Amino acid sequence: MKWKKYLSVFRLRFAMCLQYRTAAFAGVATQFVWGFMEINVFYAFRSSDPAAFPMGFEQLASYIWLQQAFLALFMVWFMENEIFDSIMDGNICYELCRPIDLYNLWFARSAAHRMSRALLRCAPILLAAFLLPPPYRMTLPPDALTLVCFVFAMLLSVTVTIALCMLVYMLSFFTVSPQGLRILFAMIAEVLQGIVIPLPFYPRNVRRLMEMLPFASMENVPLRIYSGNISGGEAVRAMLLQGFWVLLLIAAGKLICRRAMKKVTVQGG
Amino acid sequence: MIVMKNICKTYRVARRNAGFREAVKSFLHREYDTVTALDNVSFSIADGETVGYIGPNGAGKSTTIKILSGILTPDSGECLVDGRIPWKDRIGHVARIGVVFGQRSQLWWDVPVDDSFELLRDIYSIPSDVYRRNRDELTELLDLGKLLKTPVRQLSLGQRMRCELAASLLHSPDILFLDEPTIGLDAVSKIAVREFIVRLNRERKTTVILTTHDMQDIEAITRRIILIGRGSILLDGDLSDIAGRGDLDHTVAELYRSYDI
Amino acid sequence: MNKQPRKTSAVRLYLHYISVQIRCMMQYKKSFLMTTLGQFLASFNAFVGIYFLFRRFHSIAGYRYSDVLFCYSLVLMEFSLAECAARGFDRFSGLVRKGEFDRIMTRPRNEILQVLGSSFELTRIGRMMQAVIVFIYGTSQAGIHWNVWKGLCVLITVLCGASVFCGIFLINAALCFFTLEGLEVINIFTDGAREYGQYPVDVYGKRMLRFCTFVIPYSLVQYYPLQYITGRSDSLLYAFLPLASLLFLLPCVALWRFGVRRYQSAGS
Repeated sequence: MKWKKYLSVFRLRFAMCLQYRTAAFAGVATQFVWGFMEINVFYAFRSSDPAAFPMGFEQLASYIWLQQAFLALFMVWFMENEIFDSIMDGNICYELCRPIDLYNLWFARSAAHRMSRALLRCAPILLAAFLLPPPYRMTLPPDALTLVCFVFAMLLSVTVTIALCMLVYMLSFFTVSPQGLRILFAMIAEVLQGIVIPLPFYPRNVRRLMEMLPFASMENVPLRIYSGNISGGEAVRAMLLQGFWVLLLIAAGKLICRRAMKKVTVQGG
Repeated sequence: MIVMKNICKTYRVARRNAGFREAVKSFLHREYDTVTALDNVSFSIADGETVGYIGPNGAGKSTTIKILSGILTPDSGECLVDGRIPWKDRIGHVARIGVVFGQRSQLWWDVPVDDSFELLRDIYSIPSDVYRRNRDELTELLDLGKLLKTPVRQLSLGQRMRCELAASLLHSPDILFLDEPTIGLDAVSKIAVREFIVRLNRERKTTVILTTHDMQDIEAITRRIILIGRGSILLDGDLSDIAGRGDLDHTVAELYRSYDI
Repeated sequence: MNKQPRKTSAVRLYLHYISVQIRCMMQYKKSFLMTTLGQFLASFNAFVGIYFLFRRFHSIAGYRYSDVLFCYSLVLMEFSLAECAARGFDRFSGLVRKGEFDRIMTRPRNEILQVLGSSFELTRIGRMMQAVIVFIYGTSQAGIHWNVWKGLCVLITVLCGASVFCGIFLINAALCFFTLEGLEVINIFTDGAREYGQYPVDVYGKRMLRFCTFVIPYSLVQYYPLQYITGRSDSLLYAFLPLASLLFLLPCVALWRFGVRRYQSAGS
């Protein structure tokens, strides 16, 4: 029952997040308004030059709503202060006393943290988004297969996001300013994964380059698959690339984790 | 003169049970409990008196202090401190009192103590001659000399507490509230704090209200004790009335037990 | 002994507070520099978005790149100034939790003044600097004919805009008296206004413009001054309209006072 302990870590974190009820309601309201404003901006831009708009407007609306609904899954910024604190003040030693793999433990924690946040918030946002009048309305994916692909790509992208955050935690052992590292990664990821603006809005060459980076395997892939902006062979290729990054990032994270543990045990934190 | 008459105070707190299912349930529907912090509390304290206010954790000591210092409004009852209703005339009231919370600091953490004092001078609008006189006197009595130039974060707990005491007395208050002033202090510091408070009361006639769990504080500083438990005053009398046999800690523990608190 | 001494003036006390806060901050120079740099970079992403969208579309609702940069920097200046001065209200729930507000209540001074004095976030200068750079770049691109009135208008706008944001922080703090978990909804009006205030308010439609004129006066400190300074309107009224936004502070202060009274009766 090796996985059982990680499951109970997951459940514990999940229950903890449920306590913050008003925060969840507030999150829904905030994300809803932001989605609305965001769509307004793109609508105004399209009105000034419809020919330059790189994707269908319905596709964009769906992209924005999914982004707002699942923000907690993709924002690199949402990392846990407790973990950073334990790295900085040396409380990490307590964690090391437990018969548990640190990487897996933190991975389970992060997954629970992100999923509880997202699960509590996504339903009302999506429901409202489907009921809005056009051009704000969110649409269903073109067919069932697309939906299946979307779910699959979502799972992969969440894994990529968490694996990337794990990398930041692990690198924190080797830097004087974990918060600086965190800001840097969060900012870069925000641009490169398509949170600031979706990748199709960048010039062609810039976009090509961005799509090869691990960041594009986060929010960008599932949200564009959902509305059919990426489909067929292109979608398969994108998901394979996601799989590649999952493996690479986790391997890198675990490797650095082992190094970090050595450093902690030698220097005493 | 402090008069508390039939003061009542209740709080509303969210109920929280353990377990995953309970967490989900309370997310959907939250239940509240009403907790009675003070139930018909009455007492009066004369000018220049020292009073030890004791009781187990959660008995209502802090609530009483907060009402007397104008932070909280009671649900019902009357309270007059030197003719003022604390929560009605907050600013006028707190200008005449000093409050020390043993577990918290009123000094600015990263600047020398002296800088904190200067800021307090402006906050309390202390005339400069009064300020200088008080500061010099307190510096001498509490032996603050070198400490004044040190940032607060570099002080030991005992040193800090001496500075806290001085900080709350710069504006020559008529009444001093002390909430666990000796908590965590070493023996030397404890004695210094106690002796200072006794002297303050004797020389300046400052009324002192002290809450503490340390019975030696009570023994050293005050004769009168007020015992509160579960929001009610259970005993108000002279220390010698309860102190019979053996040491005070046992006597008080027995007292708590006899009142079932 | 009980004679009432003359009160130290509020301005003098406030300046004293700030000088202590700055002295505190200078104890941690490295952390100060890092945070300031972080603040400088933090809003850079929004700029990236604007840049690439304009490369593609060239204009939005009749506004050019330079107009949007003007709005972006104006709002950012207002916001960072407000955060610098009124951070104590922004993180007020922490102040209450740690019992610092109890301490404030035991001091014979106005509570608002004390909370303002409780923190002074000089690190927001980082954000301010970015805003100033974008402002200079944006206005140089826009070919604005500057005169004294326009300069005065910018000054008034930034100060009044900052006070609008302070008002919202004040509401946020007041709400902490009602729910200790704090209400993140207010983020819509702080971070949201900062993010979406990049574009002139009328980009979001007529109804939004009305809301931001009469309910929360964002347009008074963004849209109307923009019209005046870019020469879309010559009406001097628009230049002084930002002053009207100060009225917004009245209900904010009223709510705060109500909250303080409730704190006294509810406790924590």
